[in-house]
Amino acid sequence: MTTTAPPPAPTPAVATPPPSPSARFRVPGAFLLGAVLLFGVAPLVLSDFRISLLAKYLCYAIVAVGVSLAWGRGGLLVLGQGVFFGLGGYAMAMHLKLADAAAAGETLPDFMLLYGSGDALPWWWRPFANPVFALAATVLLPMAVAALLGYFVFRRRVRGAYFAILSQALAAALSIWLVGQQTTTGGTNGLTDIRGFFGYDLSDPVNQRTVYFVVAGVLLLLMAAARQLFVSRYGELLVAVRDAEERVRFLGYDPAAVKLVAYVVAAGTAGLAGALFVPAVGIISPALIGIVPSIGFVIGAAVGGRASLVGAVLGAVAVAWAQSSLSDAFPAAWTYLQGLLFVVAVGFLPGGLASVVTALRARRTRTAPAPAPTKGETA
Amino acid sequence: MTVILNQSFTGISIGAVLLLIALGLTLTFGQMGVINMAHGEFIMTGAYTTYVLQQAVGGAGVPLLLALPLAFLVAGGLGALLEWLLIRRLYTRPLDTLLVTWGVALMLQQLARDLFGAPNVHTTAPDTLTGNVSVAGVVLTTNRLFILGLALACVLGLTLMLRLTPLGRRVRAVVQNRELAEVSGIATGRVDRTAFFIGSGLAGVAGVALTLVGPIGPTMGTNYIVDAFLVVVAGGIGRLRGAVVTAFALGVLQAVLEYSTTTSVAKVVVLVAVVAFLQWRPQGLYTLRTRSLV
Amino acid sequence: MSGAGLTVRDLRVTFDGFRAVDGVDLDVPPGDLRFLIGPNGAGKTTLVDAVTGLVRATGSVRFAGEELLGRPVHRIARRGIGRTFQTATVFEQLTVLQNLDIAAGAGRGPLTLLRRRRGVPEAVAHALETIGLAGLRDRPAGVLAHGQKQWLEIGMLLVQDVRLLLLDEPVAGMSHDEREATGELLRRVGEDRTVVVIEHDMDFMRSYARSVSVLHAGKVLKQGTVAEVQADARVQEVYLGRAAAPEPVAVPVAEEA
Repeated sequence: MTTTAPPPAPTPAVATPPPSPSARFRVPGAFLLGAVLLFGVAPLVLSDFRISLLAKYLCYAIVAVGVSLAWGRGGLLVLGQGVFFGLGGYAMAMHLKLADAAAAGETLPDFMLLYGSGDALPWWWRPFANPVFALAATVLLPMAVAALLGYFVFRRRVRGAYFAILSQALAAALSIWLVGQQTTTGGTNGLTDIRGFFGYDLSDPVNQRTVYFVVAGVLLLLMAAARQLFVSRYGELLVAVRDAEERVRFLGYDPAAVKLVAYVVAAGTAGLAGALFVPAVGIISPALIGIVPSIGFVIGAAVGGRASLVGAVLGAVAVAWAQSSLSDAFPAAWTYLQGLLFVVAVGFLPGGLASVVTALRARRTRTAPAPAPTKGETA
Repeated sequence: MTVILNQSFTGISIGAVLLLIALGLTLTFGQMGVINMAHGEFIMTGAYTTYVLQQAVGGAGVPLLLALPLAFLVAGGLGALLEWLLIRRLYTRPLDTLLVTWGVALMLQQLARDLFGAPNVHTTAPDTLTGNVSVAGVVLTTNRLFILGLALACVLGLTLMLRLTPLGRRVRAVVQNRELAEVSGIATGRVDRTAFFIGSGLAGVAGVALTLVGPIGPTMGTNYIVDAFLVVVAGGIGRLRGAVVTAFALGVLQAVLEYSTTTSVAKVVVLVAVVAFLQWRPQGLYTLRTRSLV
Repeated sequence: MSGAGLTVRDLRVTFDGFRAVDGVDLDVPPGDLRFLIGPNGAGKTTLVDAVTGLVRATGSVRFAGEELLGRPVHRIARRGIGRTFQTATVFEQLTVLQNLDIAAGAGRGPLTLLRRRRGVPEAVAHALETIGLAGLRDRPAGVLAHGQKQWLEIGMLLVQDVRLLLLDEPVAGMSHDEREATGELLRRVGEDRTVVVIEHDMDFMRSYARSVSVLHAGKVLKQGTVAEVQADARVQEVYLGRAAAPEPVAVPVAEEA
């Protein structure tokens, strides 16, 4: 098409090309494959120990779902996901500690007795005795915090690196605050030694498997929901805001609202992941939510492909697996590897491994590559 | 009254440390729009340089007059190397640069752990910097006075360098309009590297200063980096004056809060204060070109 | 629908003490196709920026009887005012169709947004025909030629259902053929809308302007038909007196190739 006039011969009405059968079944097929692997194959071939490790990795994968939405699609470099992961985790752990204490006939969680925190439960602990409140709080609390910070930050068009730094500062502040409040939060140790999960004994391998199934189910559901967001008009709008925020504004949208939705959803996802992490692993502590782990939450998504949902999830699982396999035996080697992953994956393969797959597929079918948005810059 | 003065002095000395760290960031951020997360590790490099120097020289206090230029050169050289190896290739992708330099930071921390061990190490301050000076009932420790003087000297030196030297003029030209500077015959690549050298070198100097007030450890940079970035964010891109004012303001705010509440609450309040500040004055935090939106 | 009128009164924009727009009065009646011309730095783009809410201004800007000053950018856009930029700004990673669909959707509710787009909305299909990009519907906008991006931007304004279009140098950098095509497009778009065009290209102005306002040093120097403006002594002086400036000089003589 060169310089021909805008009133050209009307092009034959281009209907949406009917999706080829393979394309039509690809997404449900992949979903089904994931379900079979998670619910059928994994429980059969993996030991109880491996299953509970996998449950932990899947919790990180749930965080990656939100990271993929906010960062991959929205260009919001969310470096403070640890905050939301931590809020969800602490909300859940506080309830479970209270339930454990009640089961043991105590009024206070064990660590409060240990630190001599006083006779009365702090007022802000009390609502968490209610399971409905605690469960709702695991998701709503992170979303509320994200909404508050996001509203003030996006409204004033603070973006790019500035947003990343502020979200990171939030992670630093929360973990420092938790450490400082030892008598009411458990301090550096966090909340540990959680025994029961809504009446089930967590030390029983059968119940551990149940927790795994819950985590896997939540992951699949969230992936389905996120996929819907990706292909919806909102998903297109989010990419538009990422690539040309001001242009969107002149079309009559408020980009702050568009970004806020992605940020809040990502926060809720991370909160849910934190809440599931507690029964799966049995601990939540400041070391899991500070600056370092917060940045760690994005590396899996970066390795697998930030803009690709499946890529981000698989990347998060792979990185978590590599971490727990290597970090005990070779802690130094793991740290170097992690650093190298940031440099190589982000610096030289910004589309992640997913972009390699896309490129290979495009070469094989010899069609125009799909416009898979992989750029993640808004600055 | 003395309490207030004492806390103000503490705050000013916290501010001086923040300022030393933020100065280098302001330069590299303003120059290339790059968030260098490894900046904290250049602080660490400066601190370990001091430690190694003391081990080598042995005996009494750190030879500061030797440590300062040496740390500047070591950290600066490392910074220039990082710029040449990685950052210049990631030019148009500031967010990715942030993550890549974080990866470098992780590796440098581990390198420090492998070389010097995970536990903290200490240096002995020279005798001249271990005393107190009492002014109007306020006890000023000489080491903190020294840091304050060092920070102000660095601000002055950097300002003069940017204003008066040909290099400074080139740096400012590149900051203001990179393309124009390029077509005017300025080798922007070399200017970038020099700016990175100086900015990272200043981090090394900050590292030397930190050895006077605390232990040296592989993660010491991470503890300061977020606060330093908050200074840069609130101060505005590449503005020395902004960095000076916000560093001292945040320092004093933190000291006062720490006195009236706890360290952890102080951190949270400082963050809230910065976000609130951005509501009032987001200028300089976003640049909006009216004619083109790219 | 024949658009609505734009009324600007005593508009002032100051940047650090420099008065970029210094008391502009402007009346663009409904359905007009108005060209804003003037030397570089006359305040043309700043005027458009002020009307669309991008820069702060004092005075009054009324469109269809409503005051616009002080409203946020996206609210002004929702009043039916759209603009383009000197550098075409489209969503490069999205397809032509997605670009237009987003432009058409500012009023969509959350439920519509959360659903997938099915088929092509009628307004979008119509706009695709008008701007001649129907054949490139599923291409990423980033691969379009410069002129095609400009047309896509105009198409986005069409589906946005604006009543006032503000175009900033829509033919800059276009070939001769592309210019003609854009002019025809403007003429058709202007049939039921009010259009304001900032342009340096005098040939283009002569061919398509219905009326012209000349800006100089932040003020309106002259307003009238093309012929009236060309005959005005002050306008000639502003242009001829600045012949050294990098401008398409000399209003009265056609010098373009």
